[in-house]
Amino acid sequence: MSQPSTEYTDYTTGAPIADTAAPSGPVAERWDRRRFQAKLVNPANRRRHTVIVVGAGLAGGAAGATLAEQGYRVEQFCYQDSPRRAHSIAAQGGINAAKNYRNDGDSVRRLFYDTVKGGDFRARESNVHRLAQISVDIIDQCVAQGVPFAREYGGLLDTRSFGGVQVSRTFYARGQTGQQLLLGAYQALSRQIAAGNVTMHPRTEMLDLIVVDGRARGIVARDLVSGTVTAYHADAVVLATGGYGNVFYLSTNAMNSNATAVWRAHRRGAYFANPCFTQIHPTCIPRTGDHQSKLTLMSESLRNDGRIWAPKAPGDTRPPNEIPEEQRDYYLERVYPSFGNLVPRDIASRAAKNVCDEGRGVGPGGQGVYLDFADAIRRMGRANVSAKYGNLFEMYERITAENPYDVPMRIYPAVHYTMGGLWVDYDLQTTVPGLFAIGEANFSDHGANRLGASALMQGLADGYFVLPATVNDYLARNPHHGGVDDSHPAVTEALAAAEDRLRRLLAAGGDRTPDSFHCEIGELMWDCCGMSRTEEGLRKALDRIPLIREEFWRRVRVPGAGEELNQTLEKANRIVDYLELAELMCLDALHRAESCGGHFREESQTPDGEAARRDEEFSYAAAWEFTATGAAPVLHREDLVFEYVHPTQRSYA
Amino acid sequence: MVLATRTRTGRTARTHGRPQARPPSVARLFWRSTLGKKTVMAASGLIMLAYLTAHVMGNLKVFFGPEEFNAYGHWLREMGAPVLHREWGLWLVRILLLAAVAAHAVSACQLSRRDIRARPTAYAHKRPRASYATRTMRWGGFILGLFIVWHLLDLTTLTVNENAQPGRPYENVVATFSTWYGNVIYITAMLALGLHIRHGFHSAAQTLGVGGAARDRALRAAADLLALALTAGFIAVPVAVLTGVVS
Amino acid sequence: MKLTVRVWRQRDAEAPGAMAAYQIDGISEDMSFLEMLDTLNEHLILSGEDPVAFDHDCREGICGACSLVINGDAHGPERTTACQLHMRSFADGDTVDVEPWRAAAFPVVKDLVVDRSAFDRIIQAGGYVTAPTGSAPEAHAAAVPKEAADHAFEHAECIGCGACVAACPNGSAMLFTSAKVNHLAALPQGAPERERRVLDMVATMDAEGFGGCTLTGECATACPKGIPLPSITAMNREWLRALRGPRR
Repeated sequence: MSQPSTEYTDYTTGAPIADTAAPSGPVAERWDRRRFQAKLVNPANRRRHTVIVVGAGLAGGAAGATLAEQGYRVEQFCYQDSPRRAHSIAAQGGINAAKNYRNDGDSVRRLFYDTVKGGDFRARESNVHRLAQISVDIIDQCVAQGVPFAREYGGLLDTRSFGGVQVSRTFYARGQTGQQLLLGAYQALSRQIAAGNVTMHPRTEMLDLIVVDGRARGIVARDLVSGTVTAYHADAVVLATGGYGNVFYLSTNAMNSNATAVWRAHRRGAYFANPCFTQIHPTCIPRTGDHQSKLTLMSESLRNDGRIWAPKAPGDTRPPNEIPEEQRDYYLERVYPSFGNLVPRDIASRAAKNVCDEGRGVGPGGQGVYLDFADAIRRMGRANVSAKYGNLFEMYERITAENPYDVPMRIYPAVHYTMGGLWVDYDLQTTVPGLFAIGEANFSDHGANRLGASALMQGLADGYFVLPATVNDYLARNPHHGGVDDSHPAVTEALAAAEDRLRRLLAAGGDRTPDSFHCEIGELMWDCCGMSRTEEGLRKALDRIPLIREEFWRRVRVPGAGEELNQTLEKANRIVDYLELAELMCLDALHRAESCGGHFREESQTPDGEAARRDEEFSYAAAWEFTATGAAPVLHREDLVFEYVHPTQRSYA
Repeated sequence: MVLATRTRTGRTARTHGRPQARPPSVARLFWRSTLGKKTVMAASGLIMLAYLTAHVMGNLKVFFGPEEFNAYGHWLREMGAPVLHREWGLWLVRILLLAAVAAHAVSACQLSRRDIRARPTAYAHKRPRASYATRTMRWGGFILGLFIVWHLLDLTTLTVNENAQPGRPYENVVATFSTWYGNVIYITAMLALGLHIRHGFHSAAQTLGVGGAARDRALRAAADLLALALTAGFIAVPVAVLTGVVS
Repeated sequence: MKLTVRVWRQRDAEAPGAMAAYQIDGISEDMSFLEMLDTLNEHLILSGEDPVAFDHDCREGICGACSLVINGDAHGPERTTACQLHMRSFADGDTVDVEPWRAAAFPVVKDLVVDRSAFDRIIQAGGYVTAPTGSAPEAHAAAVPKEAADHAFEHAECIGCGACVAACPNGSAMLFTSAKVNHLAALPQGAPERERRVLDMVATMDAEGFGGCTLTGECATACPKGIPLPSITAMNREWLRALRGPRR
């Protein structure tokens, strides 16, 4: 196979960047060392500092509550009507922690190792080790808050194994772990709101970042009810706004999750790292038609007992129960005999896509494969299958009106999580001093692929423990803030830009709805920058996106006014940013001519069709610097050094 | 801003989070709270229910003839003797009952006003909600209030009873139920009473925190039984007069 | 499918509102109820009308944002959230009424969007455990019987959607408040603040203008998460117990 060229003219290469905040020394001591080196703000002076936190999910809620507990004044924003609704709430499976309560050989070191390896060696060792260290404190913290984790009859916490790791380190609260953890953070935040330490701004969406003298000093935000656009000032800004999976239109993200905050920050100077690293989850309910607005995930635990298959013959439209055994292709078991149906997410997803591309997909539009429990029901009995998966079966039946006890489920992969995000250093600070990014909004801990039950862990680690320590240090080193008000040129410029954009959207007066554009860009991204990517496809997308962008401004129609609750305007404003972010994602995917984790380049595969990493060329995080809309961005490489976990090629055959 | 979370100015912030200058007294806290008022309703309701249970037993003496019934009426005035002066016992009961009725009515009024204020706009799409007994609590209570007034004027003060003879309750009862309106008023009120007790008893138990999933069925059964027994017991008297069993 | 959808239209909090009827064609029975509204809105945008505003976010039944009274039922005819309700629950030619939550404590913001911040204030009044970050003891320091943990979880499942208030003829928030009170009362971590919590939360609930409970049971019937009616009884017990003062 010929190696594709990596020389493109779509971008320029800038100076490499280094993580200047990461301490040296043994990896296990780095976090302690960093905390000791950090300067502290006198408790009496903390009231004088305001920190803006955008987003109120696991990371944002935890950060807001903790900063307020420490004595800072916190201004917290979320677009939802309440901080209790952030999409962290939808996480089902659980949260990893290296407690080793099972005495099964788990340790901080092992969680660190699993995460670096699971991320296909594209994450930073220092960060991942810190995450593994902090994981144990998170469980203590959440239990103290009254999070009702599952327990055993002895009264101690129960754990399960998850995502193919060999230890049982996942703590859970039935299938609603995210909900329970989020409500824990929400309640901690509520306590601080009542105490007057946090001013909560619900139904308020960030539109831009205010940068004064090179430092983040506030945000521009729109009150979604009154439509008023206001500047808020602070000494530091924290973005906890989640991932950008909604670029694909259909994803498991919440409908209103969006990339505006991170993209606006990127335009203001924050580098965006590894935007092409997106995770496609293999077990989602397939779409039923063009009306589909979002995809629903089902826990991947289903793959423990369900068998995935597709008809051997293309275009076989018989009902599944009429397809005889010998005409079924249990393709995962066939291709990966040792792991079978339990191969990692990216491999299972890609295999399903290949089957459907061959015309062997089932269900409406041929976009699905079967997940069959007939054998499990024969082996375990219906009652046991129901005890284990009953709630998932119910959910499936509610959505599809098919009973999975009788008919095999249909599943198809869907966009689920974005590993990429704003580039941050060890302190979670972006390239704009005073601007921090935490949780899914940053890029730091999962490399090219996230392991199951690790997103909750990272969000809470960042929010409760890491960020409060590093923000403290930043404020201590930059003590004399103030002096920025609405009359500052940087503020008036940001306000005017945001208002101008809304005005332009309202004035466009075209003949297409914002959703139709979102749908169009989403389909393009799914086809060209989805489960598998080719140079040809990415080039096609890069050609197409500027045209869609141009057409958007020409033909979009946004009814109503700006000074009211206008959900169409909110949507259109988010799409503007998707149309730019999509381009960067494709460019990043194009330049990374290797396959790794969730990023599969067809040109870079092993002879048996597996992802082939190219460490000599691509063992770095790609941090992109914005120049102008549609103009070539600048690539800054952060070289990844692996001192403890040595890169190996994954194999699951 | 319409949706701003009121952090520093809301009523919430003042009542908690920091030590208060002067916490409200328990009695004040109790009476001001919907839960406190509900508790008052439950307790006063149970007092009246206990009274009605005694009342219905006394009524049933009517089947044993005028002597026994009138003697019972006489005893009510001697209740508590010789410790208590004549009629003191009766008056104590009357005061307690009056207090219960007043407390029940005042809480009911205040709670109802509050409930109506809490749901100022009705749904355009109407559909029947809740059980019949639940929906008729307010009107049922009002009917019972009016009935009590009539009942007192009829058989206690004898003001509206045309053929009243003081000291002859048996004859007075027969006289009341010999008129059509006496029967209509009484039987309607007793049916309302049954429905009121059916929901009220169960409700009172819940308000006082008695119940939970397991005991709930037993409580409902008890409420049904009580309602049925009291209604049947009270209605037995006019039916007996109507059919000539008692005359 | 072809439907007539009658929707409550109200420009903003102050404006008067009214039901408006829309004919809508080409509805698939696989659509969720919200996707049906999306379809309606796409038509409205193209025909130059104001689309219907409604709250929604996760569309998988857990965030609690969606808040529609459909044909008089909070979240519609199935025991689930409106986002998980599918059009196969309706028949071709049906007329469907869609209204916002109705309660004084949930004022309408626009169309089907209401302000539920009163719920947040109830939680702020005490629906938490005071456990500042970093102060937590080791998670296994206190064992919690499985039954207690499960009981706590069943109440912690509340998604704060407000269907209980919308369904209650008195606009009462007792089920919502009791869910949090019972969740935290079941766990040893919630014990130190147990009395203050229930007193403050109930006081705030009253102050926000919610009605009282008359045990109609409508709330528990409407609750998409199945918070049981006896939760209210348990909260009444907690409240009476708390009035007697903290345990020593």
